[in-house]
Amino acid sequence: MNIVLRLAWRNIWRQPRRTWLTTGAMVFSNILLVFMISLQFGMYGLMINNTLQVFSGHMQVQAPGYVDDAKMRQVVDDVQPLAAHLREALGSDTVAARARAFALASSEDRTYGIAIYGVEPRHEPRVSNLPGLVEHGRYLQDDDAYEIVIGSVLARNLQVATGDELTLLGSGVDGSFAAAVVVVAGIFESGVKDIDRNIAQMPLTAFQDMFYMNGAGHQVVILAPSLADAPELQARVEALVGADDGLVVQDWDALQPGLRQAIQADMSSAFFMYGILVVLVAFSVLNTQLMSVLERTHEFGVVMALGMKPGLLGRIVLLESALMGLLGFVLGVIAGTALTAWLSVRGFTMPGMDEMAAQFNLPARIYPPVTLLSVAIGPFVVFVFTLLASVYPAWRLRRLHPVEAMRVN
Amino acid sequence: MRILIVLVRLAWRYLWRNHRRTIIMLGAIVLGTWAMIFMTALTRGMVDQMIADGISAIPGHVQVHGQGYLDDPSVTRSIPLSDEEFAARFADAGFSAWATRVRVPAVITSERESRGVTLLGIDPAAERDFSFVDYGAVDGRFLESPEDSGIVIGAKLADTLETRVGKRVVLMSQDPDNDIADRGFRVVGVFEANMQAFEEGFVFVGKATAQKMLRMGTATTEAVFVGDDYRNVEPVYDKVAAGVGDAVTVSRWTEVDTYLGTMLKTMDGFVLVWMIVIFLALSFGLVNTLVMAVFERVREIGLMLALGMKPAMILGQIIIESMMLLALGLLIGTALAWASIVPLEGGIDLSAVGEGMEMWGASSVLYPKLYLEDVVLANVVVLVLGFFASLSPAWRASRYEPVEAITKVG
Repeated sequence: MNIVLRLAWRNIWRQPRRTWLTTGAMVFSNILLVFMISLQFGMYGLMINNTLQVFSGHMQVQAPGYVDDAKMRQVVDDVQPLAAHLREALGSDTVAARARAFALASSEDRTYGIAIYGVEPRHEPRVSNLPGLVEHGRYLQDDDAYEIVIGSVLARNLQVATGDELTLLGSGVDGSFAAAVVVVAGIFESGVKDIDRNIAQMPLTAFQDMFYMNGAGHQVVILAPSLADAPELQARVEALVGADDGLVVQDWDALQPGLRQAIQADMSSAFFMYGILVVLVAFSVLNTQLMSVLERTHEFGVVMALGMKPGLLGRIVLLESALMGLLGFVLGVIAGTALTAWLSVRGFTMPGMDEMAAQFNLPARIYPPVTLLSVAIGPFVVFVFTLLASVYPAWRLRRLHPVEAMRVN
Repeated sequence: MRILIVLVRLAWRYLWRNHRRTIIMLGAIVLGTWAMIFMTALTRGMVDQMIADGISAIPGHVQVHGQGYLDDPSVTRSIPLSDEEFAARFADAGFSAWATRVRVPAVITSERESRGVTLLGIDPAAERDFSFVDYGAVDGRFLESPEDSGIVIGAKLADTLETRVGKRVVLMSQDPDNDIADRGFRVVGVFEANMQAFEEGFVFVGKATAQKMLRMGTATTEAVFVGDDYRNVEPVYDKVAAGVGDAVTVSRWTEVDTYLGTMLKTMDGFVLVWMIVIFLALSFGLVNTLVMAVFERVREIGLMLALGMKPAMILGQIIIESMMLLALGLLIGTALAWASIVPLEGGIDLSAVGEGMEMWGASSVLYPKLYLEDVVLANVVVLVLGFFASLSPAWRASRYEPVEAITKVG
């Protein structure tokens, strides 16, 4: 085996320029792939985390159909006891009950329609980032009743500051008239315009009072330790609430259907581009190896006449490609990782990134993480295609006849 | 001239001496060209549609608002110009379309549900051409006049509110004194739109009806102007800005929707980067092919030089060879791209990831758009960069010492 390896190694350096050009194509695409895939994975992770942890959680217990229609009367009965039960049974703090309604909020000078959430002040901070994002005033406390926390854009639009009063006007769960006067306790700023413009939170008990909820709510939000833990946790939650309670557990995909699809759409267009790149490299390898086999026909005839088996020759040719592929792999991964690692410290941004990123709850500067998978997967595929591309040139050797081959000059 | 013909003929024959190599390289160029043009057509189609949808929601290419309205979309920040003043200034200005409207946030309530929406008080005749609602395709009917007392809402909203044509809903907003302004409307029409967000977020009522409900006299909060080309709104902008004076804010659509504006701006850059990346991946193979082609005929080149052929001609011949290869690949690749885009022009259904596309701001049917500029750009990029890539092998070939080259054992 040693001699085969040595032969293959020497063969590829007979034409150093050609070898470097072929390897160069691999290195070029490998650097691109490592960088692009790391950036993508980093972005997807951020998109999911930012979207889920700000508000919706990894899963929610809801009434059937609420996820599509979000109607006021699709309620979860006795929502606080249910949340308490889940907290105890799961041995987890990251469970909180909520209710939601639309109402007209009026300050002295302005009136806007908003979405009001009733939350449990003690538990809400464990399932959502919003309570931690209060910029002015404070978040809700256990003994609050008709206090409210609103987003920064809403506060600006309503022209209110903490301590000011708002009049809320809406419809209760039974369609009756619901109204209340609340005091602005805090103002949060999430950076997501839709949230900052539309959302307000008040204590769940006061909410239930105002909207005649009779102890009911709309959702129990559950945050898993990480995205990977979510499916297992969901199975446990499903075992606890059961279908006979007339409730369903919705996973993050159902809660944010756009998220996974946006990622899928982006991935498929990216993979199309990567695919083209890889196939172009394969063409380059195929051309090089075919030429190098053809120009050695005479020489192959000689060694075959001396007793070398065509199978061994084929192996040498494959090994040559493997060596070139390996070289491209190693150099590409090193350079690609170096570039990505540099960006993971310095951050990646480009013109127009501000506006584009905001659309997906992303920061304007992205620090792509370097992981084994994101670094290795692209170059690995390139390597496999390199080998595949040299199958044909190697396979041709099987049909080589020593005498005829030696006649070729 | 005769020399050129000889060189071309020589190049062509050299190209096919090793037809396997040429065909493989040709395959790579064809694939690369196809990918450049195909991918560009998909992206262009998507962005075009996004912008078309986006502009129809804004709507218009240039907008006029009362000062501070964009930050504080309130009925108190109406435009200090009457409809008559607008008409006097812009009736003959040559815009494709323009309209004044009332646009304020409101809450809509049925007997079952409440939702926050954007109330649009419009003159239906003025907006027919640029509205995202196809008046004819509305379930029920669209508004008929500014005084129409009905309301037209989106299908998704009708669903959530559990209402339908013929039923009543209540709209609530504020009047200029911040008293609650409310009014009952009969739903006269339900529209469908490309984007679910439009169906959920917008309701249409007559302009005069809205003004009466909001107790705002004949004031409006928004004026919209549509020009001929959304890519170049400056002529419209200049005319509008000159016409309305300083008391109002004039904005281009790219400023109202910065995400879309950025998309449009970065598109050309993206297309060019994509083409160059593909070319670079190709270039390694191209240079390699040329190097090999030169290498295997070193002795012939030496002989030609010895017989008195000028080095410049060797250089020219190899560059012609490279250009021919590229041109042939471009021709086939472009034809292939065209052939694969034309059958898709009816639209590619992406509803499987529809909600994801909506997050990108795109609708769920993708119509690829093949632009002549993009085809030309792809061809120019490949030919120009290809020329530079082939310079080095060609230069090397023309610098051989005849005697050394002839005696070289290949």
